[in-house]
Amino acid sequence: MNTLSIRHLYASIGEKPILEDLNLDIPQGEVHAIMGKNGSGKSTLAKVIAGHPDYTVTSGDVLLHGESILGMDPQVRARLGFFLAFQYPMEIPGVTIANFIRAALQARLPEGEELEATDYYAELYAKMDTLGIPRSFTARSVNVGFSGGEKKRCEILQMMMLKPRCALLDETDSGLDIDALKVVASGVNALRSSEIGMLVITHYQRLLDYIVPDRVHVMAAGKIVLSGEKDLALKLEAKGYDWVSA
Amino acid sequence: MPASTFNFHPLEESTGVGWFQELQKKAWEQFSQLPSPGRHDEAWRFSSIGNIALEGFHQAPPPTDEQSILERSQGITPLAAQLVFGNNRLIHADTSNLPQGVILVSLQEAIKKHEDLFRRYFMKEEARLGSLKLAMLHLSQLKEGVFLYVAPGVVVDKPIEIWHWVQGNRSALFPHTLLVAGAGSHLAVIEHFSSLEEEPLLACSLSDVVAEEKASIHHVTIQDWSPQAVAFHLNTTSVLQEGSATSLQLHRGGHFVRSENDSRLFGKGAKSMMLSIVSAHGAQEFDQRTLQDHLSPEAKSDLLYHNALSDQARTIFSGLIKVQKRAHRTDAYQKVSNLMLSDDAEANSMPGLEILADDVRCTHGATSGELNKEELFYMMARGIDESRAVKLLVRGFFQTVLERLEEPQLKNYLQLLLDHE
Repeated sequence: MNTLSIRHLYASIGEKPILEDLNLDIPQGEVHAIMGKNGSGKSTLAKVIAGHPDYTVTSGDVLLHGESILGMDPQVRARLGFFLAFQYPMEIPGVTIANFIRAALQARLPEGEELEATDYYAELYAKMDTLGIPRSFTARSVNVGFSGGEKKRCEILQMMMLKPRCALLDETDSGLDIDALKVVASGVNALRSSEIGMLVITHYQRLLDYIVPDRVHVMAAGKIVLSGEKDLALKLEAKGYDWVSA
Repeated sequence: MPASTFNFHPLEESTGVGWFQELQKKAWEQFSQLPSPGRHDEAWRFSSIGNIALEGFHQAPPPTDEQSILERSQGITPLAAQLVFGNNRLIHADTSNLPQGVILVSLQEAIKKHEDLFRRYFMKEEARLGSLKLAMLHLSQLKEGVFLYVAPGVVVDKPIEIWHWVQGNRSALFPHTLLVAGAGSHLAVIEHFSSLEEEPLLACSLSDVVAEEKASIHHVTIQDWSPQAVAFHLNTTSVLQEGSATSLQLHRGGHFVRSENDSRLFGKGAKSMMLSIVSAHGAQEFDQRTLQDHLSPEAKSDLLYHNALSDQARTIFSGLIKVQKRAHRTDAYQKVSNLMLSDDAEANSMPGLEILADDVRCTHGATSGELNKEELFYMMARGIDESRAVKLLVRGFFQTVLERLEEPQLKNYLQLLLDHE
């Protein structure tokens, strides 16, 4: 069973086509990486799968555990188990991390059922400890005044709390120093299991030293142009991207 | 504003105080002579006051349902004291836990028992943001109110709560609040303005807040009038040397609500924080006028007003920072933000500065904007429904104002109140 299947996907923003005939399968339990130059369409792919309203899918399909999600609102996709760790997480003034994650978990419960607060905080604190996030952060507004590294840790915290079946990490390594990178990677690795499929979008090979992928794909001009084993990442690091698209 | 149909009935002879009746008489004369405000006045620019009828209201009769009023007067706990008024009459007072040195009495009792003290502070500052006529109507019709005086050095460590209830069709209410924090004292007050029913009403409230040398006062007002209310809330704050006053107004009810908030920084190093949260729905109009008047050096004033507008709601904000000649090294800030949740809503903002001193730091600004679509998408991408995400973002918009409130009990109470909207 594939966690995520992308079939002949074409998508555009306004009149401008960005994804053109993109095909990708992520089998359950595997971690795949997408690498590619800036402007190759990596982040567009992330936004399209998450359901961002600015992008239009003109043809093709995206299946989550065999179910087409393209007609669904972003919140429905998320509740079906899709999670996007944002490249640029939004700042939300006045909404605390604790209340934000709580609202996200509450949204997954049946009508009339209330999230149990004690258990929730116990789990939240445990996961914050794992990620080295100070507990005082629960009372801080989501991402407001956070460093780049703090924002990315907060994304991983949300992922750990929401327990997706399919996670897409969009350049989670950008803006991280090596220590923060290790913490974020350990959080991601802790979630790896036979139940979840993951797609890691990155510009640099460095992240893949810590999150070792099962497969590596190269994206150029809106489609996957090359796929290979994990050592493909090393080759890309050494030779650059130009030989691929040539 | 067509002429009102009020008659003049000063407080009864039984109070035995001629000076008060004399004030009321003069106020009635002034009210009768002053022109009605209209949109042609700068102080009423953009206001719908011309369409607001003050006719057909009458002094509220005694409330018929005191029991309901008392049952619903459940606010903050624990409290230092509580007063409950129904239709301008004191119907409940619990002042037994107040520390020595605190006077908390009704206006009638203040006139009788604390005449000199009361008279020293009573309506000393003229309404100057446009509503002098209404202030004079208030004084001429005044029957009851609150007098709170905290003696120098006394710390009241829990909030004092005051409820002003109105009941009955077309009742007119004139709540009066005089809060005086003596030198070095500390005081927190929360006032509720609430309707028992959803009837038309007229409220014309006036509050004077005085923070003397090194005193600190927090004053929160929660306005929850009926959706058919026409309400005027006139507030004056006077801060003496190194004193500190924080006011927060939460406006939710009313059909037409005019709020005037005049802060006078009399003393060197005085501080005034002015906060407001407006949740405007339907065809509500909130008309807010403010003044931060710096009369002495090294004082600081900070105003933050957040309005969220839905449906066809309107808001008007006009605020002035005035730095007088001798008020050097003034710090003054003023910011109003309008969150537009509907294309049909209308926000008018008129921030202003008038600086006559040197070496001052002043900033002011007004913004109006819709919800950030990327923030909304971020929340939805976490599984949160759009309507819930909008609520959370609006709640966050209000929370940034609450964060400024340093009194923890008042802050927690307001947070819970807004969480349960």
